[in-house]
Order: sequence, then structure tokens, then C-alpha cells
Amino acid sequence: MSVVTASPSLPATPSASTPAPAVPAPAPAKPATVTLAKALNQALADAMTADERVVVFGEDVAELGGVFRITDGLAARFGESRCFDTPLAEASILGTAIGMAMYGYRPVVEMQFDAFAYPAFEQLVSHLSKMRNRTRGALPMPIVIRIPYGGGIGGVEHHSDSSEAYIAHTPGIHVITPATVQDAYWLLRSAIASPDPVVFFEPKRLYWSKAQLTLPVTTGPIGTAAIRRTGRDLTLIAYGQTVPVALETAEHAAELGYDLEVLDLRSLVPFDDATVLASVERTGRAIVIHEAAGFAGFGAEIAARISERCFYRLEAPVLRVTGLDIPYPPPKLEHWHLPSVDRVLDAVEHAMTA
Amino acid sequence: MTLLDLPLAATRGNPAAAASYWDTDPLRYLDEHGAPVEGGLRPAPELLATDRLLALYRALRLARAFDTEATALVMQGHLAVYPSSRGQEACQAAAALCLEPQDWLFPTYRDTAALALRGIDPVEALTLLRGSWHCGYDAKRWRTAPQCTPLATQAPHAVGLALAAKMAGDPVVALCLLGDGATSEGDFHEACNSAAVYQAPVVFLVQNNQYAISVPLRKQTHALSLAGKGVGYGMPGVRVDGNDVIGLMHVLGEAIERARGGGGPTLIEAITYRIRPHTNADDANRYRDTSEVDLWLGRDPVDRLARYLTAIGHLDAGLDAAIGEEGAKYAAAMREQLAREPEVDPADLFDHVFASPTPQLRAQRAMIEAEAAAAQRDGQQDAAHGGQA
Repeated sequence: MSVVTASPSLPATPSASTPAPAVPAPAPAKPATVTLAKALNQALADAMTADERVVVFGEDVAELGGVFRITDGLAARFGESRCFDTPLAEASILGTAIGMAMYGYRPVVEMQFDAFAYPAFEQLVSHLSKMRNRTRGALPMPIVIRIPYGGGIGGVEHHSDSSEAYIAHTPGIHVITPATVQDAYWLLRSAIASPDPVVFFEPKRLYWSKAQLTLPVTTGPIGTAAIRRTGRDLTLIAYGQTVPVALETAEHAAELGYDLEVLDLRSLVPFDDATVLASVERTGRAIVIHEAAGFAGFGAEIAARISERCFYRLEAPVLRVTGLDIPYPPPKLEHWHLPSVDRVLDAVEHAMTA
Repeated sequence: MTLLDLPLAATRGNPAAAASYWDTDPLRYLDEHGAPVEGGLRPAPELLATDRLLALYRALRLARAFDTEATALVMQGHLAVYPSSRGQEACQAAAALCLEPQDWLFPTYRDTAALALRGIDPVEALTLLRGSWHCGYDAKRWRTAPQCTPLATQAPHAVGLALAAKMAGDPVVALCLLGDGATSEGDFHEACNSAAVYQAPVVFLVQNNQYAISVPLRKQTHALSLAGKGVGYGMPGVRVDGNDVIGLMHVLGEAIERARGGGGPTLIEAITYRIRPHTNADDANRYRDTSEVDLWLGRDPVDRLARYLTAIGHLDAGLDAAIGEEGAKYAAAMREQLAREPEVDPADLFDHVFASPTPQLRAQRAMIEAEAAAAQRDGQQDAAHGGQA
């Protein structure tokens, strides 16, 4: 039949499958004090410089530079078409990003706070995660969703959630969370360069943590955990805001005669089974630490994976030190909820004497 | 009763509201009997050229043939499910024929006939409903987003694509199809609002077929018209007779031209009717009277254009039969291909989750391949021993 209006032989729109340039040539400079927030800001600017398909948008990101100033200066530097404010509508923000990615752009969108991202959940679960699969690769989704997450900042309700388990449970999405200034830069660059959608959880309590370095830096690829401290007796497995808690715990444990290894997962999806299992094979003990509620949390997945693969090497049950199974508490009570060094030390003692 | 006697609860017992409703009569070129309406739309001469009108008629007949065949195929178990567009052929044809090749179409699950009219192979167009994959056509090649079953979630995608095209300086328009039920969804509101704020080149075409499965429009909205919602977003809202393909083409053409020229989005409400149940699995007798269906069968969009073309001397019985034969051939080819069991490959389950599979997916793929190989061996052994494979 001749009722055909669309021709299959048109020139293609900008291709989302064209590999994105990864890193510009590093400019030699003296090491400077860089905050995690600044590293994220620099990563966005460098990605926008390297690839004109990268666009940044969300609530208050343009003139204000975001409520945490992560997008500070981008609109002024790159113009309103590259960094723009959106109406206050998270489903629309992500849905718009999906449509732009269909046309070949590489959107980086900001959700203002963890709990404000939930309106976008349907777009994330039903479309962002499934579009590549649904279209057999015809419509890849190189989109980054930046979400400041976690507690300990004195925020009122809806400003301190840890929503990683909801996302990590959804096949088709990469889930990244940095804990260091270096990883903040490099993992965000890697996320923007990724051909797949990434939910990039930013540990907001660590925004103002500092390091002496010269940007740009490179660290590990997406999907690899980092060993932050080596030890023989027990593996602490942490990510995001619980990495400093784990490192401080290891210092105190050393005084008690326990030699702890600390893993920073960095990437929840893809999950680095190899590094985690190799560590637990060495130490024979593992404790998972996260701020989100423990019940059906990401720590349960880690504990199960270790038990399935290292059962006969384990000297003690895999333990979890997590947030309580309660709605996130108000600021005056949140210290009861968050995994503390003391609570992790108790778990270490328990595992070491099991 | 006339076309304008629509089930709008808001007007019941409320003469003022009813009067206001009557003020927003749907625009149209042809009346129900296929005669040009006095004081109605005045389409450009190109739209009324003989070739153009016959192309529209062919499209209507093809949409009807497609829908009739797909309905038969689902009854015989060759499709998993089929939401029929019978009675909505004018909207299906206009949605496909109003676009330029570089434009994008964002269909709903009920718009498979429109996909066929855009040129997509019917087997590819029906892949979702056949159940062999989620989308069978190359969405990028055909500038046609994949169909899916959540309502209104494609609307923000259409806005994003239109915004991207505008930013790239390309003369591309996105046409987003929706049903009346979808206008209650949050994504519809967010998309309309964002489209207007961005002045994105997108056109929203709401096929108001009076029902969202069983729920009639009066339970869906208290508004007097869906097109009237455009006011709240700061965009033009247009009500058009959804069974008048000439009127639809005219209204869509104006909206698309405005969008392409930088004039921003338009919300179009096309008044039509879903003749068949929601899908083959639905029983419409539970919620509507057959007399209502009979009424709308008398407003058939295909017959309407046929009457007009006959009256103005563009269509005779011979040509009508020849066009019908084209549709019959198309339907026979559909049947020939779709009555066969589709081939599926379990490797498809893993190939497109990510650009490159995670270690965990590689392991699961190996497991499924081993299971498939074992099943094949068992089948061969059964066959060798005379058993049933």
C-alpha cells in the first residue's frame, strides 16, 4: 500500500550512540584545596566543554547554581540553552531528558533533594531503565540523574532520604555514589560519558569535604570498588557517607587490636563482586554499613552475595549496621538513626568474638 | 440526537454550563452525512485536491482493514491483546498523514493503525501486542516512539524531543497522541505546562473517544471541554470533530505549521468514539448501552468521506471496490505473516539491558543458554524416541 509518509533513509539526528569524549587533556597546575562540591561542578563544566550534546537542567540550577551550588556558573559560561531552569515538575524533568536523549542529546538533570525525586520514579522505572531494551538499542538513554542524598545535615523531613535500594532494584540503571573528592570528579565524568542511564547519588554531608589535588583526575572505572584501607581481620563494606564512618571505625578498632579492611563500593550497579568477594575471602568477616533502613536494603543484597559465594570461608555471620526501620527522623533525633562509629565498633566486636 | 449530544455531566441540569458548552462546538469541514458545513472550516485548496482526498480515503480504508484483521487475529489467539481503533480511523489517518518524514510521532497503544499508515510493517507494528518483543520497529528510523501501556508518560518525551530539535535548529515537530483518560494523569499536565514554557514545537492530539476502559468522560473531568485546558497552560486549545478527517487534517496542519514556525505547542481535542470494547478482553456491555454504539456507527468516519467523495464525483463504485481490494490484500498479507508462530531468542533478554552487559548479566545469560541447550537436547531425544517434542 502506498500510504507511506516517513522515509527510512533520512539523515540521522545527532547520534546518542556515538562515544562521548572522556576527558580533556589535563592542564598542569599546582595542587589546590578542592571540595567535593567543586569537583562535581568542575566535572559538569569539563563534560559540557568536551561534548556539546551535554546539557544540564533542573530546578534552580541556572541563575542560582543549584541549592548546593553544584551547577554554579554553568549557565553564565555555557548559555541558557546548555544549562536551564525547568518548571517545578520532576516527572517532566526526567521525561524531557528522555525525549532529548531520543534526539541525541546527553542530559544531566538535577533532583533537588532525595525525597523530591520520587515524582520522577515512574519515568525512571518504566522508561529510562527500559528504553534501550524496549527498542533493542535503537534509543539508548545516556542520561545522568544527580540526586543529593543521605542525612546528618540537620534537614527537616524529606531532605535526608537514602533511596538507593529503590533504584538499584530496577534493572537497566547504573547506580553510582562517590565518597571522595577524586571519585566525585571522575565518576561524574564517567557517568556523563556512559551510554547508559546513571543515577548519581551525591553524599550531601560530604559536599564540603576537601582534598589537595589538581583537576582533572582519574580514578577507577564505573563498576569497580576501591579498597580504602587494607586489613586482615574483617572487611567493612561502605559507600557514600558511610565510608568516612568505616575509616574512623577502623582507626579505633586498630587500638583494640583489630586490623580492618575498608571497601568503598562507589558503584552499587554494576556491583563489583570480584573485589568484595576477594576481600572477604582474605578476612573471613564482613560488615555492611549504610544509612538507609536495613530491612530489604542494599546491605541485604551484599550479605546474600557474600553468603552464597564465601560461606565456607566465613568466620562469623555477615552483619549489617544500617539506619533503623523507621521513617527518617527529625534533626534532633537523627543521631539515633545514623550508623555511628560506636555502633559499627560494637558489630566489629561481635563479629570478632563470634 | 446529534454529534453534539456528548456525555458531559457538567452540563446536566445546568443550562448556563450547557450554553457555554454549545459555544465550543467542535470545528469541522464535513457534517455527519458527508456534506460541507455552512460556516465550517475552510481548508486550503491543496487539502481538497482530488489526489489528496483520495489518499485520505485510502488511508481510512487501510486503517479499517488493519483494525478488522488485527481484531480477527486476536480472537484466534495470534495476538496477546488488541486495543481496537475502530471508529477512530480519521484520527489514525490524520495523525500519520499530517507529519513530514523528519517529524516524530508519539503514539499510544491504541494507535497501531497510525503506525501502519506511517509505513511501518504491520508485523513490526504489532510486535508489542503479539508478545514477541516490546517494540518491533526501529523507533529512530521511523521517527516513531515505541508504544507502551502507561498513560501520558510519552507526553514529556515528546516535549523533550521537540525541545531538543528546537535547540538544534531543526524544523522538526513532535505529535503526541493521547486519549481522554490520559488527560487526568499528572504527566499530561506536566508535559503541557513544560511545552508551553519552553515553547516547544509539539502538538498534543487528544482522541476523546469517550471512555477510559469503562469510565466515561463525565467521571474523568468536570471541565466542559478538554481543549479548554489549553488556556491554563497558555497554549491554543482546539476542539475538532474527530470523525471528520478533512477537518482534522486542517486543524493539525495549522498546529504543526505554528509549531514549526516557532509558535509553540497546541492542544487539540478530537471528538470521536471507541466503537469496540477497550480490548478483546473487555466486556463493554457492562458499562454502556448498545444504542449508544449504534448512534456512533451512524457517524462513521470512513462512510462520511466516501459520501462526500461520491457526491463531488471523485469516487464511484468501481474505484471504491478497487480501494477495498487494496485493503483486503494488505489484510491477507498481515494474516499470512501473523498467523505464524513468531521466532523468539532468549539471548534478546540480555543483549540490550545495557550497552555492554554487567558481569552478573553475563552469568545469567550463560545460565539461560545452558537451559536452552538442555531443552533442545531433551526435545531431540524425545523426537528420536517418538515422543512429543
